[in-house]
Amino acid sequence: MNNSIVLTTCPYCGTGCTFYLEVMDGELTGLIPCPTDPISEGQLCIKGRNAHVFVTNGDRLTKPLIKEEGEFKEASWDKALALVAEKLAGVKKNESPDAIGFVSSARCTNEDNYVFMKLARAVFGTNNVDHCARL
Amino acid sequence: MTNSIAEFENADCILVIGSNTMEQHPLIAKRMLKAKEKGAKLIVADPRRIPMMAFADVALQLKPGTDIALLNGLMNVIIGDGLVDNGFIAERTEGFDQVKAKVAEYTPEKAAGICGVSADDIKAAAQLYGKAEKGSIAYCMGVTQHVKGMDTVKSVANLAMITGNVGRESTGVNPLRGQCNVQGASDIGALPDVFTGYQKVSDDAARQKFEQAWGCSLNSSPGLTLTEMFDAVEDGKITAMYVMGENPAISEPNIGHAQKALGNLEFLVVQDIFMTETAQFADVVLPAASFAEKEGTFTSTERRVSRVRKAIDPIGESKADWQIISDLAKQMGSSQLNYGSAAEIMDEISNLTPSYGGISYERLDSGEQLAWPCPDKDHPGTPILHIGQFTKGKGQFFAIDYAPSPELPDSEYPLILTTGRVMFQYHTGTMTRRVPALEREASSAQLEINPADADKLGIKQGDKVIVKSRRGEIETKALVADKTTPGVVFLPFHFAEAAANVLTLDKFDPDCKIPEFKVCAVSVRGKG
Repeated sequence: MNNSIVLTTCPYCGTGCTFYLEVMDGELTGLIPCPTDPISEGQLCIKGRNAHVFVTNGDRLTKPLIKEEGEFKEASWDKALALVAEKLAGVKKNESPDAIGFVSSARCTNEDNYVFMKLARAVFGTNNVDHCARL
Repeated sequence: MTNSIAEFENADCILVIGSNTMEQHPLIAKRMLKAKEKGAKLIVADPRRIPMMAFADVALQLKPGTDIALLNGLMNVIIGDGLVDNGFIAERTEGFDQVKAKVAEYTPEKAAGICGVSADDIKAAAQLYGKAEKGSIAYCMGVTQHVKGMDTVKSVANLAMITGNVGRESTGVNPLRGQCNVQGASDIGALPDVFTGYQKVSDDAARQKFEQAWGCSLNSSPGLTLTEMFDAVEDGKITAMYVMGENPAISEPNIGHAQKALGNLEFLVVQDIFMTETAQFADVVLPAASFAEKEGTFTSTERRVSRVRKAIDPIGESKADWQIISDLAKQMGSSQLNYGSAAEIMDEISNLTPSYGGISYERLDSGEQLAWPCPDKDHPGTPILHIGQFTKGKGQFFAIDYAPSPELPDSEYPLILTTGRVMFQYHTGTMTRRVPALEREASSAQLEINPADADKLGIKQGDKVIVKSRRGEIETKALVADKTTPGVVFLPFHFAEAAANVLTLDKFDPDCKIPEFKVCAVSVRGKG
């Protein structure tokens, strides 16, 4: 048996509490508060205390999906990304870069957001990039 | 936040306005209650009887959308009673005379009439905040989600500046962010007009820096905000969208409009961890890894950069969002987004972003607590902004007038609907609605309605009700309680099956484009 705990940051509100995710043999098994965290001081709200639960929910998307005749069909990464690349490149070329809107996320990391806005600006040439700060 | 979370604990007076802190930021509320235990005075202003009001020295249950009148009324008393910090105003600010002239119009009696609170309470609150040595203001979406949202924030800043409550410990103007990385997504430039660190795309020097670093030429015209993008879809100007980790089909105001736009797109790709209502509209859905399956950072409401660490492998074939984007760029023939790790991305961010210049995984992993600005690797971070001088030089006062919200009750739609969140759910519920412990507490939307209104409408506790606005109608259950004042009802927006945003008004602040989520007119009737 291989047990570990991994210190990370809560995915809910903007307070920035940290906690430990408990892992046993590669499986997420629980969550424990971090007593030395300067913000939470070892306490968590009910959402944070249960922040590990949705991760392993059976509804998680596990494969790329392509809609064919109104139905989602599982596809390989190569096929899905090739389709996205072809369609978006087509809009960029045939219409304009500004005919594409990029919607980023306040629930993704800084690194995710950076790469996403760089994709919009450097690869597609549009500044149509925003996130849900106002919502 | 201009100041850090822990500092609330040592404030002499805390004004909480438009924030249901105990339910939405419980670990911040804890600090406020500690301050209260140490003798601090607490003022709470909100249209709902929120839990924090039970601890308030002065509770101001104001009409939704009247915050500016209240803030001007508070300043009227503070100036009239000589509680201003003249030294601070003279040395550090500009434009005080205009504000002084403007708020002179807002006597406590006038403000009380607009806000529906007592003039004595306004006077008492002004005395408490005005006399505090360390006065701190916390606000949230109750202040910002209005067509006058930006003006309301400026009014909050006016109040802090006339009393010199900026740039010192346990003072400041402190917005409480509702999502884990709303601060970071903004800092990092997921906005239409700026690169990282709020460097403007229209600024030649900034753009050239990024052009050089990224090895390409860049567009100098600011793009569209999220809500403008949906209008652009309607006008045929946007035909494709790439949505990452966001659910506008539920979170936009007047979602009938947003859903129509999503349906009209020629191509939509959605990248998420669950099949959201937005993903249902997609042509391609890409499975993303959750926070537990990837490395990265979030920047919290106190501007502190905090590590997200990988605990388990990605579920199924899902991948970290940055990895998916990087793979897509490769498909497009671009090598600009090749990264070996999240740490490498942070290194690029810190190279291009003065305020993040000293942030690195090495420092964060050694346990350092770093709030930006953190310009270099030896800099300890900046928990308190504007010490000695405002970042932009002088603090600018703005004379702000109250104006009524754009859609007020009338005979057909006689009630004000204000929307928000409940303690047990998060945003559109894609994560929290899959957590049994949370669903057990709050599994459906409830319309909070005052007993006086419920009596008039013949509605009893738990009755099914139809709530209708000019945009649409939803069915939900009544929670008859003294939480809202007569004439005001409240709905949370988490629940897709009774989506409050079917009803909300798609009018926006002209400057910052935030929607008017907090005031629209509705009718309520029992469902036979």
